[in-house]
Amino acid sequence: MLDGFIQWLGATQASLVISKVFWIIPTVQIAHILAISVVLASMAMFDLRLLGLAGTRSSIATLSRRFMPWLWGALIVLALSGSILIIGEPKRALGNVSFEIKMGLLATAIAVTLRFQAILKRDLASGGADLAASHFGVAKITGLLSLVLWVGIAIAGRLIAYSG
Amino acid sequence: MFDSFLQWLESTSPAVAISESSWLFPGIESVHVVAIALVVGSITMVDLRLLDVNLRDRPVGELTAEILPWTWLSFAVAVCTGALLFASNATHYWGTVPFRAKMLLLLLAGLNMVVFHATTNKSVEVWGTQAHTPRAAKISGGVSLSLWIGVVTFGRWIGFV
Repeated sequence: MLDGFIQWLGATQASLVISKVFWIIPTVQIAHILAISVVLASMAMFDLRLLGLAGTRSSIATLSRRFMPWLWGALIVLALSGSILIIGEPKRALGNVSFEIKMGLLATAIAVTLRFQAILKRDLASGGADLAASHFGVAKITGLLSLVLWVGIAIAGRLIAYSG
Repeated sequence: MFDSFLQWLESTSPAVAISESSWLFPGIESVHVVAIALVVGSITMVDLRLLDVNLRDRPVGELTAEILPWTWLSFAVAVCTGALLFASNATHYWGTVPFRAKMLLLLLAGLNMVVFHATTNKSVEVWGTQAHTPRAAKISGGVSLSLWIGVVTFGRWIGFV
């Protein structure tokens, strides 16, 4: 079934244009890499704060307000540029084990982020100035997990070029 | 003379191991990409602050003190992994246009940084806390952002030639 979809997608007009015009794929890949840079740097600074290793002068709530919009904005750019790359070369990504791992890690990273944001939101709604002290353990686990997941996503993404 | 240096580099044992292994090059390249992404992403934060776009509530001096140590750490990883990748096929890379362009832009980015630190940044205590950054800071930030986008562009391009 996936093979049939890959064949169909590869034969569409959009796919032909993307793969035939020599500059489209390199340019979109560069935009994709720049957006990943924004995600990795934003999340690294936020996760290091959750781990208590950097940025401890600002509250977790402040840094969340600062970095979350960059994460979601960059993820939109990544989804769009990633879709163009898949449409242009469906066989390269779909059915590729690195791509599947990358999507699994991405879904996990988003779930971990949303879960932590919900906890933070609840603490702030109940009148706290920042994340409740009882949730510092959750913050540390989230920071470590998120850091590993986003780095893993970038590595799995690069390895799509090598695996089948 | 330089050609024989490149040939020697290719014949060193790490270089031979990387070019003969099926997984060492992709593995090192993945780490290289993560390191570069962290360098570019973190510098972008500082550049956008200098350009008055982002983080305007943060004093510039405080922001750079917080971010730049991580930038340098990532840069060190990027240089080490990049050197290994280069060594594995030194003669080829040295002969390509995107590789030379990337090195040139890196050099210019470094120069831009040195000039900024030697001039505008000297008075960061004064302007770094004000609502708007001075024109010299905006120029440094804009030049830096453009150069680093160029570094990523030519870096990705190396893989296509």
